Amino acid sequence: MDRRKAVQRVALILGGSVLAAEIFIQTGCKGGGGERKIAVAPEQDFFTKNEIAFLNEVGETIIPRTDTPGAKDARVGEVIEILVRDCYSKSDQKIFRDGMKMIDKLSRVKYRADFLKLQPAQRTELLTGLDKEQREYHEMKKAEDPVHFFRMMRELVLLAFFTSEPGASKALRYVAVPGRFDPCMPYQPGEKAWAI
Amino acid sequence: MADNTFDAIVVGSGISGGWAAKELTEKGLKTIMLERGMDVRHIIDYKSANLSPWQVPHRGMRTQKILDDYPVLKRDSYLNELNLEWWANEKDCPYVETKRFDWYRAYVVGGRSLLWGRHCYRHSDIDFEANAKQGIGVDWPIRYKDIEPWYTHVEKFTGIQGKKEQWPVFPDSDMLPAMAMNCVEEDFTKTLNTKYKGKRLITSGRTANLSQAHNGRNACQYRDKCVLGCPYGAYFSTQSATLPAAVATGNLTLRPFSIVTKIIYDEDSKKAKGVEVLDAKTNQTYEYFAKVVFLCASTLNSTWVLMNSATDVWPGGLGSSSNELGHNLMDHHFRCGAKGEAEGYEDKYYYGRRPMGGIYIPRFRNVLGDKRDYLRGFGYQGGASRQNWKRDVAELGIGEDLKNALSDPGPWGMGIGAFGEILPYHENKILLDKDKKDKWGLPVLNIDAEIKENEIKMRTDMMADAAEMLEVAGLKNVKTFDSGYGFGQGIHEMGTARMGRYPKTSVLNANNQVWDCNNVFVTDGACMTSGSCVNPSLTYMALTARAVDFAVSELKKGHL
Repeated sequence: MDRRKAVQRVALILGGSVLAAEIFIQTGCKGGGGERKIAVAPEQDFFTKNEIAFLNEVGETIIPRTDTPGAKDARVGEVIEILVRDCYSKSDQKIFRDGMKMIDKLSRVKYRADFLKLQPAQRTELLTGLDKEQREYHEMKKAEDPVHFFRMMRELVLLAFFTSEPGASKALRYVAVPGRFDPCMPYQPGEKAWAI
Repeated sequence: MADNTFDAIVVGSGISGGWAAKELTEKGLKTIMLERGMDVRHIIDYKSANLSPWQVPHRGMRTQKILDDYPVLKRDSYLNELNLEWWANEKDCPYVETKRFDWYRAYVVGGRSLLWGRHCYRHSDIDFEANAKQGIGVDWPIRYKDIEPWYTHVEKFTGIQGKKEQWPVFPDSDMLPAMAMNCVEEDFTKTLNTKYKGKRLITSGRTANLSQAHNGRNACQYRDKCVLGCPYGAYFSTQSATLPAAVATGNLTLRPFSIVTKIIYDEDSKKAKGVEVLDAKTNQTYEYFAKVVFLCASTLNSTWVLMNSATDVWPGGLGSSSNELGHNLMDHHFRCGAKGEAEGYEDKYYYGRRPMGGIYIPRFRNVLGDKRDYLRGFGYQGGASRQNWKRDVAELGIGEDLKNALSDPGPWGMGIGAFGEILPYHENKILLDKDKKDKWGLPVLNIDAEIKENEIKMRTDMMADAAEMLEVAGLKNVKTFDSGYGFGQGIHEMGTARMGRYPKTSVLNANNQVWDCNNVFVTDGACMTSGSCVNPSLTYMALTARAVDFAVSELKKGHL
């Protein structure tokens, strides 16, 4: 194989904390020109109570409660509010808000009801469709094209959940002060991953 | 003694300044350490060190405000809301980039010793002899034997974990027991050390992390939160190590918020009398006097102080008579290498978070009989780990399967990235900008540097050699990467006040004395004559301790 031809640019580096791996969140907080001001003063509500409830239910559909807590237990809606408010550019905020409305619109067209009124199976069906759509969109997307709103939602839910207390300590394992390093211990299937 | 008069002045409180202060005070000199930024007290001021992931307001994401406030720091991954106040305020402290230059500065007590990557390697004679042999720049005025005892001296105090190897071009340090490699790294090391026997070495990364309690400091607790400050004092910083030692002598005065604007030069005696300080909070100007001045303000800022000093005698500043002050800026170019996946270790995991990458591969290009179409070489840092939830599993879409998959540890991945030497090019330079001023009305630096053909050729090998070794070790899906490099991004700025054998071609002599003013010593990265490819901080420590020893003996002889 000709290495010179095989050279690839990759952003995410596996393993090795010494290498500056780029953060997995690809949306928002990129600061690539355009508006870079905080859109809303922190004391104001960025999302309404209903919108946060909506985000919690979207989250729960993506990361449901099983034998471990789910996105609603982790109150991902409240975390996502802070992240979208402080970390997203104005244009990404608009994409995100429009996306929230789009989900309700699709829900009414398809099931004649708001998303919050749907059965879990209907929610899963709707969001699975959106997830398929965003993946197809991102395979074709040019660098300058905007990010798909459902990609934003899915990534924010994963981040908010797995860094939450229930997510990190129940769906994963978290030890604040390990105190020692065991470099090579047996792993049995079913044992959770370390939170960080 | 008047309260503005000391035996010695140290400018800067990072790795080099901390060492200067420790050595000077331990030799009995009343010393003032001047730091331009705020104080950061050991443990007490490590405000984020004990936060849980869910207590981090933005969970690792960067706010628009942070991106707006730190246009330079945002170019790499270091920018983090948890230690933001340790980085220089980029709006108050601007600089001019004639060419892109990433200048990552920490303007607080401790400087970048709080934030550094902690890898520690000795230079060897392949580094000290290279310029002379190849006709590049000027010859180092010292050889390995001159610095060897000082490496040992600083290592015994610092505490560096690692493994002795007796490898010909990679001198061993005086080390604490090595932190363990995980199973993938262990097998990688065994396989390659057999395959490349005598030609290449794979060893443990050597870092200033304590694998056992050392000199009153605690052993590492394997939290991997070093950059937030260590409440256990388990990595080397000014705060954990050199500052308490200097304070214990009773000879140290530490003055934060003290911007040294110039060295006060006395033309009659041809010596420095002291320094002028601008109080960063009150804007008042003060003078401090001493017999000897150690400039340890970080590579570019030490040179900035020189450029601002004695300009009535030398328009280019103190130490500029050779016309080399500000020139020969170097860094290490990096962010390229290879990564792959390790199969067959699905039943293995680890406990605890080791605070650095596991392996180091010393330079093997253009040494030990190897010859390439470029000069010098590179070393690799890297390691293996199991992926976490951030790997995502896009094809699992949403729901229970996704959650279950991400709750399990992912595949093993391993990556190695190279750090390459940059030659000392005269035209890679800094100068005082004519127009721009900082918050205090002081002139700012204009930086003009780039990598050239030698480094660009090297980067091809930095990727290809990495991929070859990962494949030889049996890793799958091996891919090379080049994430792009901005000069300065290695945070290993070196040069601009180089050591040399002659006053006509260098700024400093073999003992780090400014040729033009022999009671001023520059012992941080500014003094470097060439860059090697190994991480430089350990060499600054050793050169600083060596220069202090020389300075104090000269003082006793009445020479300074």
